[in-house]
Amino acid sequence: MTDPTAGPSRAAAAPGPGPWQRATVTEVRQEAPGAKTFRLALPAPVAHLPGQHYVVRLTAPDGYTAQRSYSVASAPPPDPAADPTIELTVERLADGEVSSYLHDVVAPGAELEVRGPIGGWFVWRGDTPAVLVGGGSGVVPLMAMLRHARRIGRPDLVRLVVSVRTPPDLYYAGELAGPETTVVHTRVAPPGSARPPGHLTVDDLPELADGAVAYVCGSSGFADAATSLLVARGVPTDRIRVERFGATG
Amino acid sequence: MGSTPGFLGRRRGERDPRLPPGQYDTGADWPVLTAEATPTLDTATWSFSVTGLVERPATWTWDEIRALPGATYDGDIHCVTTWSKLGVTFAGVSVDTLLAAAGPRPTAAHVLVSCHTDYTTNLPLADLTGGKAWVVWEFDGKPLDRQHGGPARLLVPHRYFWKSAKWVAGLRLLDHQERGFWEINGYHDRGDPWLEQRYHGD
Repeated sequence: MTDPTAGPSRAAAAPGPGPWQRATVTEVRQEAPGAKTFRLALPAPVAHLPGQHYVVRLTAPDGYTAQRSYSVASAPPPDPAADPTIELTVERLADGEVSSYLHDVVAPGAELEVRGPIGGWFVWRGDTPAVLVGGGSGVVPLMAMLRHARRIGRPDLVRLVVSVRTPPDLYYAGELAGPETTVVHTRVAPPGSARPPGHLTVDDLPELADGAVAYVCGSSGFADAATSLLVARGVPTDRIRVERFGATG
Repeated sequence: MGSTPGFLGRRRGERDPRLPPGQYDTGADWPVLTAEATPTLDTATWSFSVTGLVERPATWTWDEIRALPGATYDGDIHCVTTWSKLGVTFAGVSVDTLLAAAGPRPTAAHVLVSCHTDYTTNLPLADLTGGKAWVVWEFDGKPLDRQHGGPARLLVPHRYFWKSAKWVAGLRLLDHQERGFWEINGYHDRGDPWLEQRYHGD
């Protein structure tokens, strides 16, 4: 049996998200092939926690709606009133009715209905060591954590490992590099890379500091594989938090 | 709020009346969404219990629960992340059968569901009675995969699917509400998909 005093149910309470609000797109950046980052200005900003997400809702003229959740990639601003913006990075899915609209139609000046921030489990508050393991677009909420660690002057708290297929698939390539980050290539490694391309192994993962929490984000297959490796590394399962994406679009 | 300029949505004919508002049909896919590492549970040591405000706290082993009168659910499931899966079949035992063995006391009004992991979720007792909830171990005629909650999960299909706890271990009947994992984290206490009760305040 499990220890009733340990684990998820002890997570600090998070309130429900605020109401829907109409955000204005202020910037759109191509992050990687098939991925764009949207900077949104919020009329009613709420400081988010690294790892939280927003819901974007689209409404057709006949009232049909489609909504999807997207992780916030930006760090919480020190003062949301002074900087009422968030950044969402969205992967374009072939049959994704929301992601394809965002990629193909939305430009600076557009308005989007959003709601958030949401989530109180897959969040890092900057007060524990953390090992962040992301696969592909799973790096997005982890990037918010890395950015937060750097912003508060504690990059030593985090170790980020990102797995991508090929070098161009890496999001935030220019910003991500640093002594606290490792990029693993599964299909094609960059020229001169010491590590041959291949799936994530236990040797790619850092030692965990005492009290560290592991955050795993990626596809279901990636999340299972990364979780198994962390367990093999000696991380107790109750120190591992997982966010998977299934069929969202 | 008005419509989104230039958004028409998926080409659609008549919207399937089985889809609650804001949901889409995931078809053959069954997305896996869990917050914890997927456990490997041994049915030799597995158990399920009904405790709290009951006359006879009850625990079943794997063999014992499977010897109870069986029940199936044919219908739809709805995840708060907006996918629905239509026309699925689960087999197991009705929660009514389990509660009848334990005998809820008149003051029992809420349930905190526990799991063989640290996951929990809360429901009003009334949402689990009257042929609306099951403990299931088969999906479409096959043993339930561990990634979908096997060996057994709770099934409460008239609520968003996070209420249908994977790797379920027991029900604790209470006279007050105690919030579970996602409910502590901002998700709704009832979670009725037809009312879009996704988050607190909906």
